[in-house]
Amino acid sequence: MNGEPIIRFEDVSKVYSLPAGAVVALDHVSLTVDAGEFIAVMGPSGSGKSTLLNMMGCLDVPTSGKIYLSGKEISGMSDDDLTRLRRDHIGFIFQQFNLIPLLSAVENVEFPVILTAGREESRRRATEVLRAMHLDDALFSHKPGELSGGEQQRVAIARALANDPDLLLCDEPTGNLDTKTGTAIMDLLAAENRRGKTIVMVTHDPRVAGYARRRIQIVDGRLV
Amino acid sequence: MIFLSFAVRNLRRHWFRSLLSVIGIVIGVAAIASLGIMGNSINLLAANLISNVGDTIVVTPHTAVGGTFAGDPRTAVDATLSSRQVDEIRRAASPNRVIPVLQGADEVEFGRGESGYAQIIGLDPEDIPILLDVAAGEYRENQPGALVGTNLAREYDLAPGSRITIGGTDLRVAGVLAERGFAVDINPDYAIVVTEDWYTGHFGTRSGNGYAIAIIRVGDIGEIDAVKEAVETQLNRREDVVDIIDSRDVLGQYQEIYAQITVFLIEIGGISLLVAVVNILNVMYIAVTERVSEIGIMRSIGVLRRDILKIFLYEAAILGATGSAVGGAISAVAGYAASVAAVEVFTAGTTFGEGFAVFNPAAVGFIVFGMVFGIGTSILAGLYPAWKAAHLLPVEAMRHA
Repeated sequence: MNGEPIIRFEDVSKVYSLPAGAVVALDHVSLTVDAGEFIAVMGPSGSGKSTLLNMMGCLDVPTSGKIYLSGKEISGMSDDDLTRLRRDHIGFIFQQFNLIPLLSAVENVEFPVILTAGREESRRRATEVLRAMHLDDALFSHKPGELSGGEQQRVAIARALANDPDLLLCDEPTGNLDTKTGTAIMDLLAAENRRGKTIVMVTHDPRVAGYARRRIQIVDGRLV
Repeated sequence: MIFLSFAVRNLRRHWFRSLLSVIGIVIGVAAIASLGIMGNSINLLAANLISNVGDTIVVTPHTAVGGTFAGDPRTAVDATLSSRQVDEIRRAASPNRVIPVLQGADEVEFGRGESGYAQIIGLDPEDIPILLDVAAGEYRENQPGALVGTNLAREYDLAPGSRITIGGTDLRVAGVLAERGFAVDINPDYAIVVTEDWYTGHFGTRSGNGYAIAIIRVGDIGEIDAVKEAVETQLNRREDVVDIIDSRDVLGQYQEIYAQITVFLIEIGGISLLVAVVNILNVMYIAVTERVSEIGIMRSIGVLRRDILKIFLYEAAILGATGSAVGGAISAVAGYAASVAAVEVFTAGTTFGEGFAVFNPAAVGFIVFGMVFGIGTSILAGLYPAWKAAHLLPVEAMRHA
C-alpha cells in the first residue's frame, strides 16, 4: 500500500430508501486519505459521518460513485474479497466497543488472527498487543462484561491492531468513556499513528478531534 | 475448529434451551428407530409363523364374497368341492399330487370330564405323511387312530395312547402333530386329523361328503403358474366354480400387510421427529435473531459468510448428533422391549416366540436410519437460519448493537 492514497472517494453518494422517502446520507463526496494521516471527521448527528466511515471500511456500498482502497476499486469485489480486505487491512474501533461477550479478552483479540494464523501464533500476538495497550495480564481471561469501559476499549483497540492493519477506522472511540480514560485511549491511538497507522476517526468532541492532524467537516452528507 | 468451539459455547450459553431441543430429537429418533425395530420384528415373526409351503396351490370352492385365500373368514360358508370336481382338479394338475381335505367340527371329550368343539380334518391315509409331520407317537396307515394338533394336545394333556371321544365315538390318539403355524392350506394345530374313511363313516352325509379344499403339491415350483392355469381352464370354463391361489400369493399378501405396518409405524415416529426438527428450526432462528449484532461484529472483523454459516450449522448438527446418539441408544433398549412384547402378544399360546431373535441387521439398520435421519433433518432445519445469518448485511447487523 505505497504510492497510492490509502482511500480515494470519487463522487460517492449513498441514498437510503425508507418508507418515508429517500434519505441522502452522502451527497457527491470526493476525498483522498493518504497513508499515515490522522483525520477527524466531524459533524452534527445524522450528517453522514458513520456512513462515510462504513464506506471506507467496506461495510456498506455506495449508490453511485467509486471508492478506491490502495488504488483498487472495490465496487466489483465479491463479499469474500471485501471481508478479506477488512480482515487483513482494516481495524475497526467502535463507541460501544463491540466485543464478543462469549469470548474472554484475549480470545476477542486473537479471534481475527486465528482466521489466518495458528492458535499458538494468535495467542502470542494477542498477548503482545494487549500488553501494548497496557491491559493487566490478570484481566486477559476476563469476559467483556467483567471489564470496565476503558478496559473494554483497550481490548477493542488491541483486536483492531491484532492483524497489523494499514488503516484504523474509529467511530466515537471515547464516546462511552470518562475524560481521563478517554485521554488515555486517545494517547494510545496517537501513538499508533506515530508508528505509521492511518487513522480516520469520527467524533463530535473537539478535544478528541484535536489529536488529529486534519479535520473534515460533513453536513447533510456533503463535505464543507 | 474455532467455529466449532464457538458453536459449543453458544449452545452451552443457552444450555436449557439446547437441552430441550436435544430431548425433542431423542424422542423423535427413538420413536422412528424403535417403531421400525418393532415393525421389523413383527415381519420376522410373520415370516417365521407362515409355514414354508412354496410348492402349494390351494383350490377352494368359489364363493360370492371373499375367496381370496382360505383363511378369509368370509369363505367359511357352506360350500364344498364335490368328488367330481376333485377328479377334474386331479386330471388338470396331473402328475402333481392332489390332496382333498374334509373339514368339519364336532364335540370332543378329552377325558377327565373335559370337552369342547374341535375342528376335525379328514385326509386320505396316504396323504397324511406328505402333508403333516408327527412329533410324538407314530402314524400307521392301517392302524385306526387320530392325530391331534400340538396346541390341542398341550391344552388337554393328550399323548399317544390317550383316548378321546368324537361325537360319541371312541378313538385312540395315535400321535401328536408337529407345530405348523399359519399355513396357507390347513392349520391343524388346534384340530384332530382322522382318516377320510373314518370321517365319512362318522359324519355320514351330514357334510354332504364335500371337500373344503383341495391342496395341490407341485413338484417343480416353476410349474406353479402352469398348473394353476390348467385347473382354471378345466374348472372355471363357464363360470367361476373354484378359487385358486398359491402360497406365494398368500405370503405376498402377508408381506405387504406387514411392510405397510412397518412403514406406518416409522411414519408415526417420523411425525414426532418432524416436530423436533421444527423446534430446532425455531431455536436456531431465535439464536440468529438474538445474535444479529454479534454476527455483524464478526463480519466486520473479517469472518466470511461461509464461516458464519458453519457456526450455525455446527450448532444444529451438535443438537442433532447428541439427540440422535442418545435416541439411538434408547431405541436399542426400547425397540428390544417393544419387540419382545409384540412377539409375546402375537405368539400367545404357541411356541413360535421361543428362541426368536428380535435383533437382526435390519433392526440395527433402523437405529442407524433413525440417527442419520435425526442428524440430517437437524442440519436441514439449521440451514435456513444459518443462511439468513450469513447473509445479514454487516452494517445493518451492527445497528442492533
